[in-house]
Amino acid sequence: MESILGIEIYPVISLLIFFIFFVAVSIYVFGLTKKDVEDMGNIPLNDGLPEKE
Amino acid sequence: MKNPELSKLDLEFEQYSYDNATVRKFIIATTIFGIIGMLVGLTAALQLVFPSLNFSLEYTTFGRIRPLHTNAIIFAFVGNSIFAGIYYSLQRLCKARMFSDLLSSIHFWGWQTIILAAAITLPLGFTAGKEYAELEWPIDIAIALIWVVFGINMIGTILKRRERHLYVAIWFYIATFVTVAVLHIVNSFELPVSLFKSYSVYAGVQDALVQWWYGHNAVAFFLTTPVLGLMYYFVPKAANRPVYSYRLSIIHFWALIFLYIWAGPHHLLYNSLPDWAQSLGTVFSIMLIAPSWGGMLNGLLTLRGVWDKVREDAVLKFMVVALTCYGMATFEGPMLSLKNFNAITHFTDWTIAHVHVGGLGWNGFMAFGMMYYLIPKLYGNKLFSMKLANFHFWIGTLGIIFYAIPMWWAGFTQSAMWKEFTPDGRLTYGFLETVTQLEPLYALRAFGGFLYLIGVFVMVYNLVKTANLGSFISEQEASAPALSNDFEKPKGEHWHRWIERKPVQMLVWSFVAIIIGTIIEFVPTFVVDSNIPTIASVRPYTPLELQGRDIYIKEGCYNCHSQMIRPFRSETERYGEYSKAGEFVYDHPFQWGSKRTGPDLHRIGGKYQNSWHYNHMLDPTSTSAGSIMPPYPWLYEKVIDYESTPAKINAMRTLGVPYPEGYEDQAINDLKLQAQEVVDKLNEESNTKTSPELEIIALIAYLQRMGTDIKGTK
Repeated sequence: MESILGIEIYPVISLLIFFIFFVAVSIYVFGLTKKDVEDMGNIPLNDGLPEKE
Repeated sequence: MKNPELSKLDLEFEQYSYDNATVRKFIIATTIFGIIGMLVGLTAALQLVFPSLNFSLEYTTFGRIRPLHTNAIIFAFVGNSIFAGIYYSLQRLCKARMFSDLLSSIHFWGWQTIILAAAITLPLGFTAGKEYAELEWPIDIAIALIWVVFGINMIGTILKRRERHLYVAIWFYIATFVTVAVLHIVNSFELPVSLFKSYSVYAGVQDALVQWWYGHNAVAFFLTTPVLGLMYYFVPKAANRPVYSYRLSIIHFWALIFLYIWAGPHHLLYNSLPDWAQSLGTVFSIMLIAPSWGGMLNGLLTLRGVWDKVREDAVLKFMVVALTCYGMATFEGPMLSLKNFNAITHFTDWTIAHVHVGGLGWNGFMAFGMMYYLIPKLYGNKLFSMKLANFHFWIGTLGIIFYAIPMWWAGFTQSAMWKEFTPDGRLTYGFLETVTQLEPLYALRAFGGFLYLIGVFVMVYNLVKTANLGSFISEQEASAPALSNDFEKPKGEHWHRWIERKPVQMLVWSFVAIIIGTIIEFVPTFVVDSNIPTIASVRPYTPLELQGRDIYIKEGCYNCHSQMIRPFRSETERYGEYSKAGEFVYDHPFQWGSKRTGPDLHRIGGKYQNSWHYNHMLDPTSTSAGSIMPPYPWLYEKVIDYESTPAKINAMRTLGVPYPEGYEDQAINDLKLQAQEVVDKLNEESNTKTSPELEIIALIAYLQRMGTDIKGTK
């Protein structure tokens, strides 16, 4: 790389990478079943300790 | 009661215990270093109102204790609090004990030793001269090693877990581990000159870019991502309900870590950084609002339907204000990254207000909330006094308000005064007038800090009482079924589910996410020559100036003085020609600064006589009535370290500064000759008789050289 000319291509490429990845994650996330999401969200509430109260 | 379905499977249950002892140790360290760090901060704040509190001692001047305050708060207070939270939550989220008790112990004691080393070396003036990365090279190496110990212990725990899915908090912990390692190592590349002196391998613009990539992401990956992980664990635990949207948390995670890494250049707007890099910093900072607010709302909305609990529960109260402060700071940050807004706020106390909304509000209140949750759990007890916790909450919140509002006000006031012109086109205010104007606001800020600190003392009393009335559960028994080895990937499973089960893959992909922005910002700045136009008249420092510069770094002058004149008329009128990238090519490390409690110094060279500097450094008020700068009497007693000169010249040459071969042999002689010239001039100007061996002579030589290379070449 010798010159600053055409530098825009770098941020543009990375923005594209981010955008594609973002869309892919979004598609995945909204495709999850309700049960999966609930199971995952409940992990902190179920920590292997004997239940009390 | 156990689920009867599960009871049938009791044979497959494994018994194990959680290590609470390490968690408790980290909590104790958090409170001790929190108090020390805040006391040092309060002292620094008071020094701006009562300069006599600098005690005319080198170890207690503002320039040395301000780094002590920032390092203590970031790495000792917040650092220990996140380790406490991670050691507690990681075990429970993985349904496994920490990987190795030995590593836990090495991690704890190693980290505290590093803090102790910092607390000793910073007041002694051993500093690398880069903000939040001041610690010298042997301590840097120790930090890297202990960080790796922490990483092995964490990854080891994850690998032997009994819960197949990695909860989102763990992703934040993994990203924290990998990114902080990268940041710390890349920013700490320095060439040792002696046991406690090194030079950054980068110079000028490149050093600034690396430093603020580091500095910004220290905020991102040390003060934010681990704390978000804790938020995703402790808010649901305290509210006893799952996080508002687990889907949102997945998007939050990836978007946040990908975008954060780019935003560093917003610390260098209108500085001598290529324009394209500044624009990148701005764009990504604006984009950051989305994931930041996504995370904040995810936390706050977890409480939907149980807001009545917030009224009663101290833990939730602290966490709600913490999240609110996080939301405020992450909205303010992108606004400060807009060039038009940054032109007003940069170098002023506005920055100080911004970081303290984050530090006091987000980090402090998350740590307090977490400790109010953990201590009763660790002692099988209820909190000793809800009233005292409420008192802490209110006095802490008041403290934040009394801190932030005066600093916002001070920032705006000072900036407006800097930029004001009389009708005939002259600057209305001298720099000093813009400082003395702020003193009442500095006093109010110190009062805010004082209130906040009272709250911390009340908390410690409350937590100690809670502990004394309970009994410590060092080992908490638990049981969970082992993960079966014959787990088969469900058919048609999404690739992301696969990553979520694989800690190493998660680590690799987190690394990929943060390295893209890093490479794209760094590579062109380092390899494209036209980014930093060279200036033929810029020469390396003379040996005396180099020694003087090292004194400048040692005294932490960069904590109050910038060396960066922005291209605004209000700055070129006040200070002189704006700063060019090519002027800093021999500056290892750069000293642009981030705050002007005193004026910019980039064109100080030749502005005053030697005698002015001589008198000013001994008693700043003698030349500048009302100045709040501390006096530096020891510079008039200590002798320049001649012997270090050849090693420094050699080191600089290794880093690319064009001293001729063999110059190191001649350097001491040249140094003495120049020192004599400075002394002769002092004598000529004001009949001041002084020795050419004193440190003040070297400092004067450096100050008189600064920014003069381009004079007359326009």
